[in-house]
Amino acid sequence: MTLALLLIGFLLLAAAGAAMLSRNLIHSALLLTGAWAGIAGFYLWAGAEFVAFAQVLVYVGAVSMIVLFAVLLTRQGATTAPVEFDSFRRAAAGIITAGGVMGVLFGAILGTPMDVTSAPPPASITVRQIGAQLMGPHAAALLIVGVLLTVALLGAIVIAAVDKPDDPAP
Amino acid sequence: MTLAVQHLWLIPALPLAAAAVGALAPRSGRTLAAGAAIGAMAGSFILACLALAGALADPAAHQVFNFAWFDLGFGALRLGFLLDPLTAFMCVMVAFVSLLIFIFSTGYMKEDANYKQFFCFLSLFAAAMLGLVVANSLLLLFVCWELVGLASYLLIGFWFHKPSAAAAAKKAFITTRIGDLGFLLGLLWLQDNQGTLLFYDGGAGFLEAAALANLSHLLPCGLAVSTAIGLLIFCGAVGKSGQFPLHVWLPDAMEGPTPVSALIHAATMVAAGVFLIARVYPLMTADQALANVPVHALTVVAFIGAFTALLGALIAVAQNDIKRILAFSTVSQLGYMMLALGVGSWVAAIFHLLTHAFFKALLFLGAGSVIHAAHHEQDIRALGGLSKKMKVTYLTFALGTMALVGVPLLFSGFWSKEAILHAAHGWRVSHLPFYAAVLGVVLTAFYNTRLMAETFFGSPRSENAAHARENGPAMTLPLVILAACAVLLSLVNLPSYPWLAAKLLGEQEVRGHPIFEGAGLMGLSVVLVALGVGLGWALYGRSLRANSAAKDPLAVRAPGVIAALANRLGFDELYAATVGRLNAALATLADVLDRFVWGGAVDFLAALGQFTGLVTRETDERTLNGGFDTTSDKLRGAGQAYSQAQTGEAHGYLRTLALGFVILLLLVVLGGAR
Amino acid sequence: MSPLQLCLVLSSLLFCVGLAGALARSNTILVLLGIELMLNAANLNFIAFWRYGPQPAAGLGVIFVLFAIAVAAAEAAVGLALVIAIHRHRKTVRLQDSTALKG
Repeated sequence: MTLALLLIGFLLLAAAGAAMLSRNLIHSALLLTGAWAGIAGFYLWAGAEFVAFAQVLVYVGAVSMIVLFAVLLTRQGATTAPVEFDSFRRAAAGIITAGGVMGVLFGAILGTPMDVTSAPPPASITVRQIGAQLMGPHAAALLIVGVLLTVALLGAIVIAAVDKPDDPAP
Repeated sequence: MTLAVQHLWLIPALPLAAAAVGALAPRSGRTLAAGAAIGAMAGSFILACLALAGALADPAAHQVFNFAWFDLGFGALRLGFLLDPLTAFMCVMVAFVSLLIFIFSTGYMKEDANYKQFFCFLSLFAAAMLGLVVANSLLLLFVCWELVGLASYLLIGFWFHKPSAAAAAKKAFITTRIGDLGFLLGLLWLQDNQGTLLFYDGGAGFLEAAALANLSHLLPCGLAVSTAIGLLIFCGAVGKSGQFPLHVWLPDAMEGPTPVSALIHAATMVAAGVFLIARVYPLMTADQALANVPVHALTVVAFIGAFTALLGALIAVAQNDIKRILAFSTVSQLGYMMLALGVGSWVAAIFHLLTHAFFKALLFLGAGSVIHAAHHEQDIRALGGLSKKMKVTYLTFALGTMALVGVPLLFSGFWSKEAILHAAHGWRVSHLPFYAAVLGVVLTAFYNTRLMAETFFGSPRSENAAHARENGPAMTLPLVILAACAVLLSLVNLPSYPWLAAKLLGEQEVRGHPIFEGAGLMGLSVVLVALGVGLGWALYGRSLRANSAAKDPLAVRAPGVIAALANRLGFDELYAATVGRLNAALATLADVLDRFVWGGAVDFLAALGQFTGLVTRETDERTLNGGFDTTSDKLRGAGQAYSQAQTGEAHGYLRTLALGFVILLLLVVLGGAR
Repeated sequence: MSPLQLCLVLSSLLFCVGLAGALARSNTILVLLGIELMLNAANLNFIAFWRYGPQPAAGLGVIFVLFAIAVAAAEAAVGLALVIAIHRHRKTVRLQDSTALKG
């Protein structure tokens, strides 16, 4: 069990780290897709199959496509044009900040006594249960999320649309 | 199949919808507006017939449907609809006469540019009138009452480019408003006294016994409360029904198109006053049991009615405009109805109202037919000889005249007038109204004979009359139908079988008495009619007028009297000299007060305010502003300093966020350890 | 180290990778992707606590993650649309070039 978790964790961290370090935007996007797939694997390991499927559908399937489109639409110059580290100072400041956050988090996690000593029962949740939850107590939130998605979709179209319809796309 | 009381609102709603259609239709939508109006009216007529069937199933019951309009602090204001034989008969009459007049109007107004507007107004009027009839609340009735007044204003002034029409519309509106003020006061008083304006409400309405008992205490002036309220409400009826002293607007209202005169100023609207008194009859009679009051409400009604009946008939003798003669005859006939109400026979009043509606609508439409054919020539001295040219109009007009005069046995007007004379004869208080009514009968016969003789007999006395031709079927068909009704309507209330009276009084079975029981009175009235007709024929029929400039034979014999009558006994001048002048004086007084007294006070206050303002401004600028200026300068400087931190760089923000998080967490952890 | 702590360590590591990327990279798309990673790390925490928490049958963590995914998808769509719009007007995808909101 733990071994599987370690393996999944290692793979997804490696993919994410490589994506953040890669000089090629396309590579970054593809590596990130891999990291998302790893997260889906983690969900599967944890017993949340439905969330895993949602992760695959939304991130691996949809968001990665948008990212690729965005990369292609905003590309300047050659396909593999390397993206420079803008300035070493900012990169160093960023990494130091992230390291500080990590230190604080580790301290908090490891320093807190977790009273889950006994092995938990194998948790699992069926799609039927999730559906009942969504349509029952969380129906209002579901509706609002639906509206939010619709509005976001329309907003994205409006923002990304060319100003003048008769203007040829740049 | 009957119409339940819950659906009674449909009857006024249909023409209201037609009015909306007419209002929204484009100017060219003439057929649409007229079609909607006529269709809605036909629907209303059918519904009214169904309602009548429902009412007659149980004539003694007052079926009501009340609902809360809105909530006030002290309770809900409730309106309602009422279905009883009185309402149902009125509905059928109004809807039927309106329908025929609408049809007539399609012919009469054919050339008018504002055709669709005309039908919009007509529908609005019919809706208001029907709403007035079905109301079960004095408030709803009042609202419709005022709407009727508005429609009347719009229709009298329909040809507003004529100054006389605009003036007549204004006069009608303001004169009736004087009466309505009394009505409104009575209504408020009643609301204050009873807490309800519903007629019938399962024992709680103000026309029911429990409420009427509360109204019998006496006021300081000696009148009972119910008498005072009744007389105030009667003020409204006086204005609307053209009774003395507010009768002056009705003849002027003839400036409107003739179908309007027929609909509003003959058949329906003016009858609203009579209907109102009949509707609140229990209130009007509540003081009859009291012996120690100086006057009963109904006594006033009877005397005003009798006087108006005589006055209208007298003035009609000396008029020359065909519509004006009919208008004064309307004033006179409404006086008869009021007389019947006053002497205690509201059934006779309603019977006369119904018969009068038909034959007077017929007479007005006949007059309209004549006027239309004679190119808007209305002076009977310039008409003549139309009996050969316009056969249908002539015959129907003659039938209407005979009904109005009261030619015995066959005609509806005879029986209804007979009922009124009978009731007046039996009145215990005084016989004066009866004599006035009798004299009125003679005069009515006289001036109608003159009208017929001058208009239809002899030879044409003007170009316009010579070229008159019979009108198309849209105009003649309503005449024929109305003429048939004017004759046949007598059958519903013959003395030997008074079906209408029994239904109105809520009796299941009809109990008549032998037809010749009141033979003495009937004989008298036959003699009177014969006398009037004979006089008229002797003066006007035997030697027909030679040309339009010839002198009136009556004016030759008594020039002073006729001149005074032609001038309508100077009521307009009297009002102009008294009410008008008083008004002007009051206005001048108000003007002076305004200009000098109030104006001076206001000027002084304004000067004071200006001075205060000056002082305040000085204080502000010197002392207060200095302090505020310094403070705001400091604030602005601080804001500029802080805005330096806003670099606009997203990276910087995110970094600050993360560092802040680290610091916060460290604080919590270290603090938690302490 | 209990499995729960292991999961939390994993998620905090992922969070910091995302944070470092968002802070260090200048391409707006990569900054957005770093933020997406941080969101995913938060989701990992929800699942971990649901899995090892006292009431796994309630399923609240799962529901929360589903909503978070939906909102994150909306965010990604709008964010990338913004990137495209800015690129069209300014011919740049560098985040530090867009400083119009400075005080």
